[in-house]
Amino acid sequence: MPVGDLAPELALLVAAALVLVVASFLPHRRHDLAAVLALAGLAVAAALTAGRWGGTPRLTFAGTWALDGATAAARLLILAVTALTVTLAPDWMRSDRRHGEHYAVLLFAALGAVLLAGAADTLELLVAVLLSSVAGYTLAAYHRGWPLSVEAGMKFFLVGAFANTVLVAGVVLLYGAVGATGYAAIRQRLAAGADPAILLPAVAAIVVGLAFKLAAVPAHAWMPDVAEGAPVPAAAFLTIAPKIGGLVALARFLDLLPEGAVPWRMLLALVALATMTLGNLAALWQEDLRRLLGWSSVSQSGYALMAVVVLGLSADALPALFVFLLAYAVANLAAFAVVAELRGRTEIAGYAGLAARRPAAAAVLALAFLSLVGVPPLAGFVGKLGLFTVALDGGYGWLAVAAVANTVVSLFYYLRVLGTVCFDASSGEVDVLGRWSRWTMLAAAALTVGVGLGAGWVLARLDLAVLVL
Amino acid sequence: MLTAALLVPLLGALALVVRPRWTARAARGFATAVAAVPLMLLLLAWLRFDPAGPLFQLVEEAPWIPSLGVGYRLGVDGIALAVAAMSALVFTAAAAYPVETLGRPRSYYAWLLFLEAVSLGVFLALDLLLFYVFFDLGLVGMYFLIGRWGHGDARRSALKFFLYTLAGSLVMLLAILALYLASDPRTFDMRRLIAQQPLAGAGTAAGLALLGLVIGLGIKTPLVPVHTWLPPAHVDAPGPVSAILAGVLLKMGTYGLIRIPYSMMRDTFERYALALAIVAAVSIVYGALVALGQRNLKRRIAYTSVNHMGYAVLGIAAAGGLARGAAEHARAVALTGATVEMVAHGLITGSLFLIAGSFWQRGEEYDLGAFGGLAAKAPRLAAATTVAAFASLGLPGLAGFVAEVQIFAGTFGVWPWLAGIALLGVLITAALFLLLLQQLFFGTLPARWESFPDLARSERWVLGVLLALVVVIGVYPRFLLTLIEATTGLLVGTP
Repeated sequence: MPVGDLAPELALLVAAALVLVVASFLPHRRHDLAAVLALAGLAVAAALTAGRWGGTPRLTFAGTWALDGATAAARLLILAVTALTVTLAPDWMRSDRRHGEHYAVLLFAALGAVLLAGAADTLELLVAVLLSSVAGYTLAAYHRGWPLSVEAGMKFFLVGAFANTVLVAGVVLLYGAVGATGYAAIRQRLAAGADPAILLPAVAAIVVGLAFKLAAVPAHAWMPDVAEGAPVPAAAFLTIAPKIGGLVALARFLDLLPEGAVPWRMLLALVALATMTLGNLAALWQEDLRRLLGWSSVSQSGYALMAVVVLGLSADALPALFVFLLAYAVANLAAFAVVAELRGRTEIAGYAGLAARRPAAAAVLALAFLSLVGVPPLAGFVGKLGLFTVALDGGYGWLAVAAVANTVVSLFYYLRVLGTVCFDASSGEVDVLGRWSRWTMLAAAALTVGVGLGAGWVLARLDLAVLVL
Repeated sequence: MLTAALLVPLLGALALVVRPRWTARAARGFATAVAAVPLMLLLLAWLRFDPAGPLFQLVEEAPWIPSLGVGYRLGVDGIALAVAAMSALVFTAAAAYPVETLGRPRSYYAWLLFLEAVSLGVFLALDLLLFYVFFDLGLVGMYFLIGRWGHGDARRSALKFFLYTLAGSLVMLLAILALYLASDPRTFDMRRLIAQQPLAGAGTAAGLALLGLVIGLGIKTPLVPVHTWLPPAHVDAPGPVSAILAGVLLKMGTYGLIRIPYSMMRDTFERYALALAIVAAVSIVYGALVALGQRNLKRRIAYTSVNHMGYAVLGIAAAGGLARGAAEHARAVALTGATVEMVAHGLITGSLFLIAGSFWQRGEEYDLGAFGGLAAKAPRLAAATTVAAFASLGLPGLAGFVAEVQIFAGTFGVWPWLAGIALLGVLITAALFLLLLQQLFFGTLPARWESFPDLARSERWVLGVLLALVVVIGVYPRFLLTLIEATTGLLVGTP
């Protein structure tokens, strides 16, 4: 078995184990070292991935693991997001007794997300979802002395347990219908024809199970609570990384279905519509910035699903998905980094006059929000441009129109915050966290601008983001 | 050279942000000087522009996102050059005009310069996506200028402005993407799109794309019934910002109409030109009537913008109407008139809003009923207001007349009955401006204005230059017409 094919994943695993050992033996005040170690592990994994960028797409490990451009792009994206959440954490976690272990859990969660993206077998997919979920619950409830954090973990777990069960049911049904778990075999047998009475519920169950990972309707309910209650670095991670893995997994699975076997495009388009609309409407009147970010993250999943809807109808659907995810990741990270930098300040009213007190933090927040809206030339604009283009190209113009309407609605709540930040009188001193979070914030903001201006370069690289099957 | 016209104000804005110590006076002087640089560069471009040459000249190109056919492409035709030069002048005037910056001169002037760069970018872009980028960035700059330095319920007005116009621009983006997807090979290059006419004969799809463009650009223009963001934005914005909003930002709507649907979708535009002309006529009459009913100085001027931009749209619609070949001359005249209207409206209404700003600086009051008898107290202010008002109502010998006479002449050649209806607007406008002058400057002087200062030196200079140009265009329009007709002739004639 070509173990080397999984070198990046193994690097993550080894790094996580090492972090765990180091965290157990080092005195608490030296736990920053665990962060450095985790970063090193991520760097090695990224280098191993980048080293084989552009290789021939193929299946490996007896057909359970896809080694293609999509996996590579998802790997790099998830690794980068994890790295930025690691650098966000030291200042935040220093007062927590289990500081060092945090990085180990984070690496396991990242591993789960990467596995999601690469899984080419329904059982492998299950393993990935479970690993990513279990690590996620732990991250959400990490501050076990704080009721909100525990509540977030609890809700996450309840929704997750239910969604995972549905996913298992879907996988079993599918196995019953086609008698295989490997994607290559599934595709072959589906092409030969399958009973839609079994296939439709199986596909629906798997979609619902994966919807949990990206907080799409109907499994979205955990997102606002996690965004509000989880430690801010963990919230930043959980609103982004599982989403990347989940969307690639969804695309990879739905791409197997023969055209017309089940009306999955229409169903998924409705899920996308419901997700973006619900997320935006719920975000409108939030008084809590973190909850607002959570709901906005739900709505962004709805936009991202547009690209999956037209997968195979528009040639650029997959690159558009990745560009959008990249843009969303950097902007969302920047927003959460601002929250972390301001010591988790969460009430919107508490942000009054931030522009005068902390101009840098206010500017980063403005950039992040404008990018999430899709104002050019920021990253979010390129992301949405790609989505609109492929939606129109694939014949889903109405979905693009719905996304436009939703974007206008979303502008309202982002501007509610920015108006408070920029136009209101300030209310007292604003304390900040520390150097790690500050630099993370600035780096995420620079990326938000850089990805927008350097879109040509990014898109040229993403030409290789293809599915092997 | 065109790139420099965008880069200089951007760098100026950066300098204001980066260097911490600026007095209000120094910041204003610096911003004025920087804002004038693009004006100089555009005048230089005007000298180098060859009226007998090709449609687009002085082109500058660089790749940006090659895989999507997006490039950094700048260039001008006569219409773009005329409107851009006028915009640069209005920006310079707005920067030079005295204004209360609420203790934040640095960021005020930085936003102003940023807005200048992106506004000029809209007029100079030869790439549809680049056009959209600048178009949207203008919203951001305007949002912060109104929200932070406005008065009254400024936050709400700024929010309404942003929501409305972003909705419009996103609808326009979908239509732009439809054009892009229909082009072969796919490109956002305006020159290739004009040559290809990508959606010609596409039926419903082309109709929907045109609808998207007209809604998006119509919100910006603004056309009735999507004009309701305009009055609050104008009333609550500081005077110079209002001048920019009316003088420059509204022009993006009409300029976009000429650049995109008129040029790139000739067939479809022709089919629906009458509908657009009717909407324009409604805007003309409705805008004038509502303006007549306003008791707030700025609100009244704001509604005359709806009326005046209606003339411009009417001209564009007339230029697109009727079969090719027939009435070609009338159509060219209408399009030229529409462009002159854009330039004239920018100068005239820009001046009027600056004057309104002066009133606010002196008494924080816009209610017309609160004023009276100021002609003796402030003769220079009265004179400037009178010239601007007469120009706005279309008195011969001033710029507004040159524009409107061409628009009406052109429209008569295409739809005589519609021109008749639109003429009503001119009558009402004349009445409302005469009433305005009477209420401000004649009658008894209320006691609170006993010490009403006349125009200060900087105000005199700025208004003097703007209004002098209004007179020059009115008396000797040839220098402007040569430039514009070079382009309208090509646009109307191309198949």
